[in-house]
This record gives sequence, C-alpha cells and structure tokens, in this order.
Amino acid sequence: MTPRPGGGGAASGRVDLAGLGFTDGADLLVRRALAGLPPGGRLHVSGRHPELRVHLGAWCRGAGHRLEDPEPDPGGSGAPPSDAAVAVVVKGRRDDDRWFGAVRAGSAHGVVDRPPGSWGLAARGALIEAGGPEVHFDVNEREVVWADAVARMYAHAASRQWDPATAVDWSSAAGLDPEIETAVVQLMTYLVENEQAALIVPARFLGRIHPHFREVVQLLSVQVADEARHMEVFNRRALLHRDRLGTSSAGGRASLLTLVEETDFSMASFLLSVLGEGSFVDLLAFLHTYAPDPVTRRIAWLAMQDERRHVAFGVAHLQRQAEQDPALLGRLRGAIERRHDALADTAGLNDDVFASLVVLAAGEWTPAAIAAGGERVRRLQHAMDDGRRRRLVRLGFPLDEAAELSALHTRNFM
Amino acid sequence: MSVPDALLMGAVAYDPKVVTIWEGFRRRLNATGVPFDYLLYSTYERQVEDLVAERIHAAWNSPLAWIRAERLAAAAGRTVTAELMRDTDRDLTSVVLVRADSPARTPADLAGATVAVGAVDSPQATLIPLAHLAEAGVEVKVRRFDVGVGLHGDHIGGERDAARALAAGEADAACVIDANQLLFTREGTLPPGSVRVLAQTERYDHCNMTVVDTAPRSLVDPFIAALRAMSYADAAVRPLLDLEGLTSWEPGRTDRYAALARAVDRFGFYGADGTVTAAEYRP
Ligand SMILES: [Fe+2]
Ligand SMILES: [Fe+2]
Repeated sequence: MTPRPGGGGAASGRVDLAGLGFTDGADLLVRRALAGLPPGGRLHVSGRHPELRVHLGAWCRGAGHRLEDPEPDPGGSGAPPSDAAVAVVVKGRRDDDRWFGAVRAGSAHGVVDRPPGSWGLAARGALIEAGGPEVHFDVNEREVVWADAVARMYAHAASRQWDPATAVDWSSAAGLDPEIETAVVQLMTYLVENEQAALIVPARFLGRIHPHFREVVQLLSVQVADEARHMEVFNRRALLHRDRLGTSSAGGRASLLTLVEETDFSMASFLLSVLGEGSFVDLLAFLHTYAPDPVTRRIAWLAMQDERRHVAFGVAHLQRQAEQDPALLGRLRGAIERRHDALADTAGLNDDVFASLVVLAAGEWTPAAIAAGGERVRRLQHAMDDGRRRRLVRLGFPLDEAAELSALHTRNFM
Repeated sequence: MSVPDALLMGAVAYDPKVVTIWEGFRRRLNATGVPFDYLLYSTYERQVEDLVAERIHAAWNSPLAWIRAERLAAAAGRTVTAELMRDTDRDLTSVVLVRADSPARTPADLAGATVAVGAVDSPQATLIPLAHLAEAGVEVKVRRFDVGVGLHGDHIGGERDAARALAAGEADAACVIDANQLLFTREGTLPPGSVRVLAQTERYDHCNMTVVDTAPRSLVDPFIAALRAMSYADAAVRPLLDLEGLTSWEPGRTDRYAALARAVDRFGFYGADGTVTAAEYRP
C-alpha cells in the first residue's frame, strides 16, 4: 500500500486482502494500511472473502471510519479487474484523536527529576494516551531514591540469588553440645525476627516509589526476596534439631518497631541499611567465624553477601542525596536521635542473645573460654561501631559527629 | 415539571454501565454550565410514555422507542424530534446467518426452516430481519430467545442465544446485527468459519436522542450543542464516549427508520396511535 494524493486532493491508498476475512485478521491489514493515511484519506479495499463487504462495514462503524462504494471505473466496460475495490474506507478522526495530547513517559534511557502521577504505571519511555488515572506515588523524587549505579546493582543482585534448598547442605547431623545448640537456636530466633523487619521496611516502600524509578523498585524487590530467604534458612536451622524456638524480648521488638514505623524513605533507608544492616554484616561475619556447625556457617555467609548489597544501595543513594541536599544530614541526625530517645527506656539487646553470642565465641563452658568469648563479642561490637562510623563519614558527617551518632544506634544492632 | 431548571433526560438501564455513562455526562455538562439531569427507566415503554406525558424533556431512545414516541406524540397532538445520534448508530445492517454447510443459497431456501432470533422487541435481531424475510415472501418458523424483554434488544443475550442455537444445530438460521457475527466469532460463541451470511437487510439507523416539542428550547439547545461539541480528542470525555460506544455525536436523522416501521406494522407490534399491540410482549 502506498499513500498517494488522490483525485479529490485527499491521500488515498489500496489494500488487497486476497481471501482473508475479518474473523481471521483482515482488520490488521486494513488498520495498517489506514495508518499511513490522514483523516479523510481513502483506502480502496479489495479481496475475495464472500462476507468482506458486510464485515468491513461493521468494522468501519465501530472503528470510526466511513464506508463508501467504489467509484465506477470511468469508461470501463465488462468484468471489473480482479483487484477491483470492493469498497472504499474513508478514514475517520478516531485514531488520531485518541493520541491527541499524548506524551512520552520520559525517556527509555534516563530518569527525570520528578515524574508526574499521570504517567502512572506506564513503562518508562512509553507513549501514553492522555486521560488515564492519576496514580499517587509519594516517593517520587529522583534525589530521594536514585543511585547512579542502581541498574548495575540490580543486575548484580539478580545474578546472586541462591536457592535455600540447594545452596546449603541441610543433611549435617546433630551432635553439638546441647547447650551450644541452644545458643544457636536462640541466635536463629533473633535473626528471624530481625529479617522479618528487614523485609517489611522495603516492602512497604515498594508501592510508594514511582515506577518511573524502575531499577530502584527492582532492586528493593530483590532485597525483599533476599530477606524472605534469610527468614527461611534461619528458621530452618533453628528447627533442624529442635522443635522449639528461643526467646523474643520486648526490647528487641520495640527496636524493630521504630524501624518499621519510619515512613520517610530516606530515614528508613538510613536506619535500616546504613546502620542496622551494616551492623548485621559484622554480626553475620562473626557467626560465620564462630559457627559451631557447617549449616550455621554457610547460611551466615550467604546472608552476609546479600546484606552487603543492601548496605551498598542505602549508602549510595543517601550519599548522592546528601551531596544535593545539605539539609539531609541534619534530618538523618534527627532520625537517629529520635529513635534513641524512643528506645531509651527499653532493655536493648535480648540478654539471651548476648549470652548466646558469648557461648558461641567461647565454644565451651570453662571460665577461660567464656572470658575469651566475651572479649570476642566486645570486639564484634567495636567492629560494628567502626563500620557505622565509616559509613556515616561517607555520607558526609564529620568524624566526631559520626562517632557520637554511631554510639546512639540501637543496642539491638538492627 | 418539578425540576424546571435542568434538562431532564430518560435513559434505560439495560446495563450497570448506563449509570457510569450518564453520571459522567451529567458532571461534565453541569461543570460546563449546561444544566442536565437524568432519570433511569427499566424499560423503553415507560420511558416514551413519560416523554410524551412531558415528565421528561428528552429520551435516549432505541429505534423502536423512537417509532412509538412518534406515534404516541402524534396521537396526543404533539411532535417529537430526533435531535442527536451516535456516529456508530448510522447505517447498521442485520444479517441472516446459516451454518457454513447449509444447503441454503438464497433467502427463499429458508422457507419452512427454523430461524433463531433475539428478544421479541429487538429491532436488529428480530423485527427487521424477520420483516426482511417476510417481504421476500419467505415464511419461516421463528425460534425466539426472549432475554431482556423491554430493553428493545439492548441486552445482547437473546442474540447470542440465537447464534448458539444455530451453531448447535437447533435452528437452521439466526438473525444478528452485522457486527455481532464478528463479535460472536471472536468470543468463541461461533467457531471460526462455521457460519456464513445468507442475507443482509437494508441499512437502518439505531438509537437517537428524542425530544418532545414542549421541552423548552432554552434547555434543549445548550444540551444538544454541548454533546455535539464533545471531541474524541478530549481526554476528559473520551472514556465516556468509549463506554457509550461512539466517536462523535452526530445530528439526528429520521429517514432510516422505515424498515423498522414496516416491521412494526407487519407484526402488529404497536398500533398507529402507539398502543402496545404485540402479542407475547411483557416488558
Ligand atoms: Fe537479611
Ligand atoms: Fe537486608
């Protein structure tokens, strides 16, 4: 079909449908041919399907086009040529009018600072028909969510997903000292509780982040999936040789509640990833070192790799945001202070958890071993503090303020 | 008229979407300074009676309701006008379908055969195509599918049942609106290639916005003008136009209701004064 100026000044075209009928896709060919014509353009349609004229008429009515009889062949006589038009479709305005005022939802190749709600759920870069619903995604500023490396971070996270069923050899036999096993079960109980909070926090933001920032949503989705696996493996280890979990302290749960209740994306990301998950990387490294059995060692290592990514994104986007918004550091400081005040009257880390860490690092119940275990846990706490201070400095806090703020972090670690 | 300050239009609630459509138009019209309200009816018969009795100014009428409105108005010494119609309601046809392997080649071959049709009051799936066969001198046995009686065929159920009866071999032919052969094939009611068109009726028009002559033009004219001005390019009204199934509101015309009027007289559906005379019609 080649559009060309017709006799009446309007463009015209021609399409031959051969034996194709409207129940078998003739509308696709007609639509394609009409796409090249302006409203008012005339499309000569020929074809052999016995019901072509009936169906073409019905189709045109619904599609906003008009159907006319073909002009008689001037000076023609006898049988019409085999490709003679059955009818002429006069193109209506409907197709063009539908796309009047349509805009692209940004570009496929980059993000804008503040995507409007009218872009809604359209793919980034798609041509969007005007008039759809306004969707309110309140986390909608590039400055707040974006990190330059987020696409690479997502790809890396996706490539590092592991299957709890096969990544861990669950067949390891029982045989630990019963009190060591009890300590392991207690630590796993604590970890599951913390992983649940770490899952809920990004999950709550997923529905609030504008989908224009697709890679951020993807990365956080994988993070949620990571936490789901962590919950699974820690719970499974807890119940590997026992049928009961350990304890959950009121202070620990209070600490996690302040995390879950934080509704500001930057503040939540700061408290969860930069401070909490950052501390957890050290905790998991500790468990990896002092694990009394291969399953515990393995799952601590697997979770630690995932947590490193969670920390990396939190630091990356907050670092970027702090560079652009000098007031951010003050707000982050406020968040950590508020949380400290809220938790001031709570007990902090569950005593059973602390004792279990010491027992694990001690390995046995002799006074000398317990003393060594206690020293190792103190070193862990120092390592956590060092790490928090380093990350706070990366966000832009001066050294002394970083030290002060790190000390205010929850005693629950997360 | 208890609400003299707004044009009051009747519409038949043949589907829940009717509320969405006319509520949407009501908001749009009122927001642009055109006073408009609507009343919903469960059947067209009460709607046209109320129109001619001046309980409403305008009625969004089926073609059959238009014919009755004309006759009732004439009997009461009044007139009604078709002010407006959808572009998609112009020049419809109905088709008589037979199975692809049917021996029938012309309408005459259906003499004595069983023809499945829609509801008793469906212009497109019953009255017009049956009259088309009768005018060709073909006498058939009618198998009627009375779904949504009183809705003048707006409910597609009877037509679909007629198509099913044809596909199942319970009827020799079925009458449907031309576009519905495509629809029924796409949705799977008719297996692809299982039926063919044996006959096609003359072109006819469908719904129109009927206005009674006593309605104040000060209310009617802005209403009609505002609907006519609605553009498919306007994203705010496009969803309503899509829902109501049109691209543009066109001027009303009354020269293409003749086939239906002949059918109404042939089958005695309404009397010349608009009385309902159809047997077996219980709206
Ligand atoms: Fe985790
Ligand atoms: Fe995490």
